[in-house]
This record gives sequence, C-alpha cells and structure tokens, in this order.
Amino acid sequence: MAKSGAIRKTEAVEHAPRRERIGVRAAELDRLIHERVRLGIVSALAVNDALTFNELKALLKTTDGNLSVHARKLEEAQYVTCSKSFEGRVPKTEYRLTAAGRRALERYLDHMEALIRATRQG
Amino acid sequence: MASPRPLHDRAVDDLRYIRQTMERAGSFTAVPGWGQVAVGATALAAALLAARQPTRELWLVTWLGEAVVALAIGGWAMVRKAYAGNDPILSGPGRRFWLSFISPMAAGGLLTVVLYRAGLAYALPGTWLLLYGTGFVTGGAFSVRVVPVMGLCFMLVGAAALLGPPAWGNWLLAAGFGGLHVAFGTLIARRYGG
Repeated sequence: MAKSGAIRKTEAVEHAPRRERIGVRAAELDRLIHERVRLGIVSALAVNDALTFNELKALLKTTDGNLSVHARKLEEAQYVTCSKSFEGRVPKTEYRLTAAGRRALERYLDHMEALIRATRQG
Repeated sequence: MASPRPLHDRAVDDLRYIRQTMERAGSFTAVPGWGQVAVGATALAAALLAARQPTRELWLVTWLGEAVVALAIGGWAMVRKAYAGNDPILSGPGRRFWLSFISPMAAGGLLTVVLYRAGLAYALPGTWLLLYGTGFVTGGAFSVRVVPVMGLCFMLVGAAALLGPPAWGNWLLAAGFGGLHVAFGTLIARRYGG
C-alpha cells in the first residue's frame, strides 16, 4: 500500500512541470545537513571511521563554539554519535557517522544531482 | 535587495564542497616535499661513498647508515609538516597511510637479512627500491595523487635493478633514493606546500 503510494507520488512529480518539479525537490531537501558546517561534518565523517573534535575543527576551519552547536544538532537528529573519553589526562571527543546520517547524505547528494539534471534538461 | 542564488548554482556549489571536504578529510597530506629533497641529497652522497667501499659488507653498512639518516630526516620533516597543517599522523588517513607503508618496509628489512645471508646481496638494491615503491603505492592511496605515482617510479627503478646487471645496483639506488626523492620532493613541496 505504502509502496504504491510512493510510486504514485513519484509519477506525479515526474509529470509535473519543470519549475514545479524543482520546487518539490528543493522542498524535500534535508534542511539539517543543508547548512555548510553540518554538511562538512557529515561529508568528512563519511570517509573516516571517526574524527575528533579538533580534527573536524581544523578540517572545516571553524571555531569551537560553531562546531559544537552544529555537531549537537546532528547528534540530536541521530546523524552522528559522539563519544567522550580521556587520552591520558586530555579529554577527547570523537564523532562517528550513523547509518541514518549516511543515508541522509546519500539522499542529499541525490537531490542535488536531480536539481542539476532538471535545470539542464529545461 | 540581492536576488536569491539560482538552485542550480547552489547545488553545483554544494556538490563541489562535499567533494573537496571528502578529499581533504580522506587524504594524508603531510608527506614532506623538502624533507624528501634532503633525503635524496644524503642518498646521492651515500651512493658515492658506497661505490668506494672495498667490500660488500662495508657497502651494506654504508646504505644501512643512509637508511637510518633518511628515516630520521623524513620522520622529523613529516611530523613537522603534520603539526603545521593540523594533519593527524596517528588517526584517520594518517594512520591508514602508515599501516600501508610500514608493511612493505618490514618485509624489506627481513628480506635484507635473508638475501645477505644467502649470498644474494646483489639483489638488495632491486628489493629495497621495489618494496619502498610498493609502500608509497599502497600508502599513497590515502594521500595526494603524486605519492602513488612516485611509488610506481620507485618500483620501475627497482625492477630495472632486479633484472639488470648487478653492477647497476648502486647507481640505480642513487637514481631512485637520490634522483626520484629530489624530483618528487621538489614537486610535492611546490604543489602541496613544504
């Protein structure tokens, strides 16, 4: 039932005028990872098992506060997991991408490619 | 009021950003260019010195001494570049680079003992060059593109040393550990900084 509903929705989108189709796809965008720093965190974690807070900070050239806020939002959405430990006496915060986070990035990439294709075809 | 950016432009920009972030996050960029030039210079000096040695033992000692010097220079330059660029050596791509690089080096160390004991010292230059190149080809998969290309060049010189006359061995070591290090080190330093 749910599957046929999904097919009907896809067909409706495919037959809609181009401007409308782009509008639908833009609306479907995952706003959570659309933001630059969050997109950077998810992309960096997609090619690494885990990255520490300091590694992400250096990679994305951002501040402690900014990275903290955005990482927390991804954590709340369960796109990343955060583990805190000590390396000797130094605290270490490590982030990992979850399966949901990886799927979200894949969906986002699909949307971006679809947007580009749609505007090129038009 | 500025008009909003077209969706197409934003999408292209986002895809480019994702790709660049993934490349940066997935590559170990602390392979030191100038450090390699210095290693190349000491290798050229070692080749001249080794060629003058009267016995096979002293020739081997000369090159083993050069290996220690090269390890010290290369290691120091790599740690320095990694710290300067905030590129971790013991985690992420840095860790994968090392794990891939060290295995052929360990095999080379073991084969040095075995080949020397078996009286096959003439095969050492080719073995060293081939395994050193293999280390850069495998480790280079986690680094910038020029690193595995450099590894491949070392492998080709190593193959020439293994298949050519034994008399070429010392000079192919000079061409590989000296010439290739200087050439690729200069390229890496200029293109990727330091």
